[in-house]
Amino acid sequence: MPKWITQVGCPYCGASCDDLEVLVSDDGKRVLETRNACAIGNEIFHHAQSPSRPKLPRMRQPDGSMKEVSYDEAIDYTAKTLLAAKKPLIYGFGSTNCEGMSAVARVAEKGGAVLDNCASICHGPSFLAIFDNGYPSCTLGEAKNRADVVVFWGCNPMHAHPRHTSRYSIFPRGTFTAKGQMTRTIICVDPRETDTAKLADHHLMVKQGHDYDLFDAFRTVLRGHDIPDEVAGIPKKTILDAAKVMKNARFVMIFFGMGCTHTDGRNHNVDIAISLTRDLNAHTKASIMAMRGHYNIAGPGQVWSWQFGFPYCIDLSKGTHAHMNPGETSSIDLAMRGEIDCFVNVGTDAGAHFPIRAVEQLKKHPFITVDPNICMASEISDLHIPVRVVGVEEPGVVYRMDNVPIQFKKVVDGPEGVPSDEELFDRVYERMCELTETEPIWLLAKDHAKAATNAEQ
Amino acid sequence: MAEILIRNGFVIDPTRNINGDVADIAIKDGKIVESVGASAKVIDATGKTVMAGGVDVHAHVAGPKVNVGRLMRPEDKLHKSPHAQKNYRMESGFSIPSTFKTGYDYARMGYAFVMEAAMPPLHAPHVHEEIHDTPIIDQAALPVFANNWFVFEYLRNGEIENAAAYIAWLLKATKGYGIKVVNPGGTAAWAWGLNCLTLNDPVPYFDITPAEIITGLMKTNEYLGLPHSMHIHQNDLGNPGNYEITLESLRLAEGVAAKNNFGRDTVMHSTHIQFHSYGGDSWGTFESRAREVMDYVNKQKNISIDLGCVTLDETTTMTADGPFEHHITNLNHLKWANTDVEVETAAGVVPYVYDKNIKVSGIQWAIGLEMGLYAADPMRTFITTDHPNAGPFTRYPRIIKWLMSKQAREETLASFKHTDKVIDATNIHSMDRELSLFEIAQMTRAGPAKALGLSGMFGGLSVGMDASVGIFDLNVNDMPSDPEAIEKAFARACWFIKSGEIIVKDGDIVSHGNKRTIWVKPNVAENPQVIRDIEDKFLKDYSVGSDTYQVRDYLAPNPYVIEFDVEA
Ligand code: SF4
Ligand SMILES: [Zn+2]
Repeated sequence: MPKWITQVGCPYCGASCDDLEVLVSDDGKRVLETRNACAIGNEIFHHAQSPSRPKLPRMRQPDGSMKEVSYDEAIDYTAKTLLAAKKPLIYGFGSTNCEGMSAVARVAEKGGAVLDNCASICHGPSFLAIFDNGYPSCTLGEAKNRADVVVFWGCNPMHAHPRHTSRYSIFPRGTFTAKGQMTRTIICVDPRETDTAKLADHHLMVKQGHDYDLFDAFRTVLRGHDIPDEVAGIPKKTILDAAKVMKNARFVMIFFGMGCTHTDGRNHNVDIAISLTRDLNAHTKASIMAMRGHYNIAGPGQVWSWQFGFPYCIDLSKGTHAHMNPGETSSIDLAMRGEIDCFVNVGTDAGAHFPIRAVEQLKKHPFITVDPNICMASEISDLHIPVRVVGVEEPGVVYRMDNVPIQFKKVVDGPEGVPSDEELFDRVYERMCELTETEPIWLLAKDHAKAATNAEQ
Repeated sequence: MAEILIRNGFVIDPTRNINGDVADIAIKDGKIVESVGASAKVIDATGKTVMAGGVDVHAHVAGPKVNVGRLMRPEDKLHKSPHAQKNYRMESGFSIPSTFKTGYDYARMGYAFVMEAAMPPLHAPHVHEEIHDTPIIDQAALPVFANNWFVFEYLRNGEIENAAAYIAWLLKATKGYGIKVVNPGGTAAWAWGLNCLTLNDPVPYFDITPAEIITGLMKTNEYLGLPHSMHIHQNDLGNPGNYEITLESLRLAEGVAAKNNFGRDTVMHSTHIQFHSYGGDSWGTFESRAREVMDYVNKQKNISIDLGCVTLDETTTMTADGPFEHHITNLNHLKWANTDVEVETAAGVVPYVYDKNIKVSGIQWAIGLEMGLYAADPMRTFITTDHPNAGPFTRYPRIIKWLMSKQAREETLASFKHTDKVIDATNIHSMDRELSLFEIAQMTRAGPAKALGLSGMFGGLSVGMDASVGIFDLNVNDMPSDPEAIEKAFARACWFIKSGEIIVKDGDIVSHGNKRTIWVKPNVAENPQVIRDIEDKFLKDYSVGSDTYQVRDYLAPNPYVIEFDVEA
């Protein structure tokens, strides 16, 4: 009998839904059907079943072709390459679990690498703003239960996070928002008329690149000062009306996206968005949240902050202590300057996301991709190592966009012989220790999982 | 595991009333034993002090708000991270050290156990991930309950039994240790931007008051017979004049009796009491009320406290007292992080500088120490800094120095910009008491172990107890005249043995040891109503599923579970 598995996490977008139901075949090897997932989420579970998925590492040959090799060989190559490089860069992590991130961190420390994640090219400016101004935020359940005014600024969840609006932000009936959408006033700030903007009660079509001006206008109004007749292409009256809506709310929730972090102003936009949130707290309750893209892209920011004290751009090449200085130790900048002599792309597609000049620089040196699937990065790599799909074939902790840890399940067995990210990088680490004749550092003896649970005192 | 014999040290063990006698301590298989064979490794402790491993009753070392602090404060790392020991993990940060540095630094000071003082239940997997990555020390975590909707509803209806069944379920679900109370009702009010500043302010929408929450949770704690008492961070923290509400809250313990099988006599642990012992009605008239509060604590024998001493550092404040952090950011205008957690709690984080040039900082410093010096019963008075709120835990040796040396206190007092004003507003200058090593061992070992219900394991050196032993470079018969030597001795143990394994030698880490996660599993009779309520709230009020919520076993791979049946 096929079996329904409930409370399954979706390994796609930053909404990290954990209410999926998945029908699994008798033998526990195939996903037959999913419930509750959006179209993208559904696709992830079925895509994992694709017969064309690689099941062995592939190494580039002198003639340019790719040839299947054993995992041992791939691990040996990765270990040696990392040890030989002066400044390796290990980048990615949008799509793996925290266990994998932790294993990679150990490898990076051993290899004196730079450790960075996709935030470097998306919400990095938000980190810069947080370093300066903090982060008054909340969990998504708070938005659902309390927010009667929801602001979407430079983000379009209807496309990027399809179930965000139904689970957390526009439609759900929460404890103090019993009438769902009727309880909420939606403000959308976006130069385009997105599908999210179409749902809004107030759409402020800000002039492209003038977000900072508009934030500033809101702050000015809230502090009781006058503003010009038009700011950032928005008439004064519209701004006054929207400011009044926020001020009179019981709970204002501001969601912001790449429309803030990647237009003129960047980190300054986020900085002033945080200041606006602070200001609103003098009148009512207000909270702000970054719309993180992938289901666990908040994860490296958590894991590496507790391990090294920094969320991204972590230079471990000094060997003695961690160092972070975005601009100096950020992936794109390092690549552009030609400082990287070994690149490992994990659980993302730098081939598709990095500027072409950065990729060209990286391609001058060994280029390794660790990912379950074929992607642009895997196809230009010297070595592609496939791993299990987190959330489908591998359980683990992931951090949702609100930094709530969600424990993902495994619903089917992975392809035989294919390791998880964690297993793979632990093996790379062990190999590096063998090669350098050093003792591996495990914090807990590896067999502790089996240790009997102690009874009462 | 190898046998170890610690020879000839001055043993200080308050649990057996041993005060500096020269004796040997034998260790086998992780426990203290009567004797060991001739092949045992011998550690010569001649001329040194031997104590049980330290027990920290309250520190914020693992979990979401600690990590927000790390994330948002790169400056806490700049020039403040020591270079890694060869073959050990890198160490980062000063006031909010990385997990690796946290474990190493506690071990270097000879600490065996640390209680993470506030775990938001929804974030329990995160707390356990960090505990996993904190080497060496045994840890437990206290889930917060005093702003939790289930608790409000059960206590409002007087349903102690249901509250107990829910708390038992949650302790199991989160692998938690006991009942933490933070700004009862006030944090829930903060979800609407409000607060509860008196014990009778009703919580918005819940028709319950802080006094009722405190009393109800104390009773629930004893109904369950948990190892630790209810552990409270009271209302109105940090404000001038708050000592009255502090006394009022403490009085709620009168008439509640401890009921448990763990050797605990107390029913309330009032944490970081320094922050709650303020007089005056403004920052201008701010003054110490340490004496009034300690007079009460000294005579009310079912209460324990910890100090929360201000260490005069640049640090990071963080607490589930969300409205208080908002208040601080409005005072010092530094960056502010906040996380309101659905159904359960909230937290805030703001950097803070306790500056010797600021009068209030000096007074706060004095109050923390006064509370320790007024203590009539060091077995109920514990040394903490509410790490990192009043200062980092790595300053415990400095606090010990201040408590043990009037000279050290006077030197610090003299270094203030407003020495006279601080003297006027406090009693510290007139206090001559200098605590003994025996009293320090009570305040950092035997006392907290007893209050936590762990006295069978930690805090002493009796046969059968966990073999966690610190050896410090202090000669009981010839204590150093320079107080700095006291700080130095406690900052870096000569040796630290954790559960029978040598971890520190000459102040350096030599092993990652065998860290354990300790949690409490009270078995209560099945309660269908509570099970229904849980399912219901997860469907309606939470944004995660009830199954997603429960911490998987592999996240605490080396557990020590205190399991027992609750007699109804
Ligand atoms: S909204 Fe995102 S997490 Fe939820 S099902 Fe769709 S892709 Fe998955
Ligand atoms: Zn605390």
